[in-house]
Amino acid sequence: MDKIGVLVTHKPLPYLEQELTRRGCRLFRLWESPESRRLEFCRENSSEIRAIVGNSNFGADAATIDALPKLEIVASFSVGLDKVDLPKCKERGIRVTNTPDVLTDDVADLAIGLTISVMRRIPSADKYARSGAWKKGEYTLTTRFSGKRVGILGLGRIGLAIAKRAEAFDCPISYYSRSEKPHPNYTYYSTPVDLASNCDILVVACALTEETRHIVNRAVIDALGPKGVLINIGRGPHVDEPELVAALVEGRLGGAGLDVFENEPHVPEELFALDNVVLVPHVASATIETRTAMADLVLGNLEAHFLKKPLLTAVV
Amino acid sequence: MYAFPSHTAASIPTSDETPTSDLPPLLVLRPLSDTWLSALNAKFTLYSPSSPLSASVHAALISGAYNRVDPALLDQYPSLRCLVNTGAGVNHINLEECKRRGVQVANVGETHSKNVADYAVGLLLDVMRRITMSDRYVRNGLWVTRGNYPLGSKLGGKRVGIVGLGSIGSAIAKRLEAFECKISYLSRKAKPTVSYRYIPNICDLAAESDILVVSCALTKETHHIVNKQVLQALGKEGIIINIGRGASIDEPELVRCLAQGEIKGAGLDVFEHEPNIPKELIELENVVLTPHQSVFTPEAMAEVIQICIANFEAFFTGKPVITPVVAD
Repeated sequence: MDKIGVLVTHKPLPYLEQELTRRGCRLFRLWESPESRRLEFCRENSSEIRAIVGNSNFGADAATIDALPKLEIVASFSVGLDKVDLPKCKERGIRVTNTPDVLTDDVADLAIGLTISVMRRIPSADKYARSGAWKKGEYTLTTRFSGKRVGILGLGRIGLAIAKRAEAFDCPISYYSRSEKPHPNYTYYSTPVDLASNCDILVVACALTEETRHIVNRAVIDALGPKGVLINIGRGPHVDEPELVAALVEGRLGGAGLDVFENEPHVPEELFALDNVVLVPHVASATIETRTAMADLVLGNLEAHFLKKPLLTAVV
Repeated sequence: MYAFPSHTAASIPTSDETPTSDLPPLLVLRPLSDTWLSALNAKFTLYSPSSPLSASVHAALISGAYNRVDPALLDQYPSLRCLVNTGAGVNHINLEECKRRGVQVANVGETHSKNVADYAVGLLLDVMRRITMSDRYVRNGLWVTRGNYPLGSKLGGKRVGIVGLGSIGSAIAKRLEAFECKISYLSRKAKPTVSYRYIPNICDLAAESDILVVSCALTKETHHIVNKQVLQALGKEGIIINIGRGASIDEPELVRCLAQGEIKGAGLDVFEHEPNIPKELIELENVVLTPHQSVFTPEAMAEVIQICIANFEAFFTGKPVITPVVAD
């Protein structure tokens, strides 16, 4: 990939940056420009930029694509492609790749980790233990996880991996999907509200599209109810965040484990005082093993493209 | 011994009168909540230790948080023939002595196993994926000012060594298999019905594990079973989870290893001198510390009451107890 100009939209994994450089790429570090200057930065370097390495925060929107006439490929360091203007890429003949499968396990692990964390209030118990309060009295009862009904929005790779783990805890599994899938052990519900009415824990595990934006809205939150728990390892915009915050603060929703937010890295501060909420900073794929595997996919896809070989994980 | 629980009331029933009801007499040696009292009062006549009739009662309800069942206690209540324990562990009960005196001992079977296993997995995921620490990071506003949190470790594919494959250890193994962990275990004897790899020596188990889970009963043999050698064998990348008893681990040595980076991290629900936690642990970020919480859910509490009642009813109708303590 000698002298190929690559626009990197976010501060990358050191391994990825080293490898891109080692293979001869010329890196253009978009995240180092202030937001207001970013399009200009693209235009200034447009004669060289032939590839973008994007992520879940910044991919390739229409304006960026328009500023880069030599762009040939967008290799996203993520599985979600909601930040890539796919129709525009198709129109321009730009290839798009993502990082499926390598992160499925970590994301599913975090979904379960967040669930147990919320239901058993582990962060709050840890705080209690460290504060010395234990010497004065016992911590409160918390809610059992095993055997609870788990409802999954989206039964793709990640949804199935979550189901498999939850089954080991004897959790009955139900799901909502665009169409029913051949899983006789899992109960299908044809609307998100029906699913929410019939589960104790609702997990968001679908892709973010125009149809699934705010799929968890007031009606779904009401259906999940004061004993229900919401787990979001999808995208912030899957959930109507102000409605979620109000429901949690007012006790109309039992709890939430959130890895994603509508306006990352900003998290609604009203949630900070709540014990029945666990908030983590978009870490579902954030292990050294998985990020390295994701980097290898990005590198592999870029190399394949510039060597005119078949791409590894093309979406467009 | 734990601090006095706030979710159980402070009342021990006192009935000094000669029994007028037909309900079998039950000695209650631990404080009970109203939920417990109303459930038990419906089936039994309750007596407290202060009752002059206490020495003639055949069955007693006990708990490790309040009672030590030793020759002294058994001498104090010489008519006892049935003890039902409300917790998971029985290290406070001299089982040999009970057997010698013909006293049946029951605990609450597998009720606690699910909760404890869930908690063990929760602690492990928390340590590997830094859930508590990154939650704290977010709440302190640092995601905005400092950017992304440091990377965690993948659980899938890791080698887990389970110390003690009883009801709790088995429940943990079943769960971790779904996360694609590779399970090995140590137990007094190999279990031919399980597919996990048996490693009879704890140092070898630690050497071949990325994660060590302590889920054994506390006995003379398992006191400090995790010692300096075992921790060295576990090594710099190793994680330890303890949902058994604090004294199964040499705590000062564990603290030293964690502070000096000789093992990578720990999730601890139990400690040698509860409710005291070593100050050095409280200052570490590579540990998750919880106040002996693994069993306490309302679902389990309700089940515990039912199982205890069922055990006493079996005893009073001349049958053996339903969930006898099985030494394994």
